[in-house]
Amino acid sequence: MKILVTVKRIPDPDESLKFADGGVDYSSSKWVPNAFDEYAVETALRLAEVAGSKDRLAEVIVMSVCPQGQRQHVTQFLAMGADRGVVVDADDSTLDSIAISKLIAEVARREEVDLVIAGKLSQDNEGNQIPQRVGGLLDWPQACFAAEIRREKDARELTVSREVDDGVEIKKVPLPAVLSVDLRVVLPTSVSNGVTAADHRYQEGARLASLRGITMAKRKKVQIFTPDELGVQNSGSETTRAINPPPTRPSGQMVASAEELVEKLKTEAKVL
Amino acid sequence: MSNVLVVLEFSDGKLKSSCLPGITCAKQIADANGGELHFLVLAADPASLAQGVASAGLGATTVHTMANPAFEPFTAEAWADGIVAAIRATNATAVGGTASSSLRDALPRAAALLDAPLTSEVTAVGANAVLTRPISAGRALLDQASSGAVSFFTARGAEFPATDSGGAAASIAVLAPVDVSARGVTVVDIQKTQSTRPALSEADVIVSGGRGMREGENFKILEELTDLLGGALGASRAATDAGMVPADLQVGQTGKIVAPNLYIAVAISGAIQHLAGMKGSNTIVAVNKDAEAPIFQVADYGLVGKWEDELPKIIALVKAVKAG
Repeated sequence: MKILVTVKRIPDPDESLKFADGGVDYSSSKWVPNAFDEYAVETALRLAEVAGSKDRLAEVIVMSVCPQGQRQHVTQFLAMGADRGVVVDADDSTLDSIAISKLIAEVARREEVDLVIAGKLSQDNEGNQIPQRVGGLLDWPQACFAAEIRREKDARELTVSREVDDGVEIKKVPLPAVLSVDLRVVLPTSVSNGVTAADHRYQEGARLASLRGITMAKRKKVQIFTPDELGVQNSGSETTRAINPPPTRPSGQMVASAEELVEKLKTEAKVL
Repeated sequence: MSNVLVVLEFSDGKLKSSCLPGITCAKQIADANGGELHFLVLAADPASLAQGVASAGLGATTVHTMANPAFEPFTAEAWADGIVAAIRATNATAVGGTASSSLRDALPRAAALLDAPLTSEVTAVGANAVLTRPISAGRALLDQASSGAVSFFTARGAEFPATDSGGAAASIAVLAPVDVSARGVTVVDIQKTQSTRPALSEADVIVSGGRGMREGENFKILEELTDLLGGALGASRAATDAGMVPADLQVGQTGKIVAPNLYIAVAISGAIQHLAGMKGSNTIVAVNKDAEAPIFQVADYGLVGKWEDELPKIIALVKAVKAG
């Protein structure tokens, strides 16, 4: 089995934004991997590996659209345990969701992967649409907002628990398929592949790279494409007109006691 | 004509009230474009559902229906097929609805099939139908223009008022059936969260607890306040990740986006991703033992103190107010 995981670098979400000329200035930002993509790679590794053994059930390929000189995040995911990388050399901030989805779909086709795993959304753009688009472009089934994934040994289908508005939906998807993962997918027993012992508990969250992993990552293959080589142009149908700071909330007040709080909620805010 | 098509969702034969803010957003887009508002009902047997919304007078001129057993239960695969066919048949230029888990799932897939742009989580409609949406956990607002034959949108429910009913009735148009396919998927089960309280997205009051509650058992005191106020219970990601309460109670960038009249944050520090989910609330109250907690920067009323000390007092005082 082959698994393609899409990953993205984002400006550190804990840094404050610098607004300039109707946009945001990221020139001095620190870049970090998108948290949901770390969960996606962790999910792929849990599906691919047999915990406690060197056996692998699948090859894990991480793919990113980014300038090829700025692919530290790809190296980081290779150090976590992904087998190899694909980088589409482009300034991703100039490409829209339509183009990015087509690049991913084209790589999935060329690599003949069985599964595409993506994070639910990127913490910077928050589009929450790329995996669904890739499902449509490939005409594959999709399971979005996955919180639990179960595969029976050698099965060509996955049973996915999805976070939906009023609870949890359990959906069986045949492979090949596209998944997007939500944060609960990295709880200790959220992913099972039918071969790793059923009672195996993973760490909570995405794994850290080991020293050996970091050394190995430098030797792993990363293939570089350009959007042209993949036959994809920007659609030009989405235009950012401006990026502005949100209106600030008027500053509130500190109250000294529960009595003062409830009194003000009653008489001033009139919410009781 | 630049008509706007809203994809509706139903539960137990009734329009989900969560659809109403999406209809308001769609009406604003239709007005900005000088087009009509249309509805789309996808169901195994849509006739009576369509009749209900057509007679409710929600501002649409036409309710389009498409019948297919594959539309129930919902799958993104079959719905995207139905939505694409409906767009082709109705020549709609904008298509969307409230950003529910279903439309977030199906609309981008449909947009890809039509090579069309999608603007997610719209919070405002500007001149020429430029749509505003939050990015970076609500720390910036992006104004996006779309071009092409058709564009898609999802509207953030907390940001638009519910549409009023009681307007002119709509006509019903039956769309020709088309082949739709769930691509081999099966919905095995839907495990609904059992609650006697209102849904987070619809509640007038929300009481949320964070990491500082320490364990699930301690949420009982928050539930007492919640029920006293007739509200919904929420939680921060730290609390749901720690397994104190179910994940679907999570408020934040990675959970639910809410904007109740009153939001009470207890023992929540106020991480950016949590603030992204609740700072649209009308009145925000924070109770935290750490005076430096970032939650106090967005709170209208802040009380520094331990929840163990303050909550029992607040509950007693609110009971007294309620008793009049």
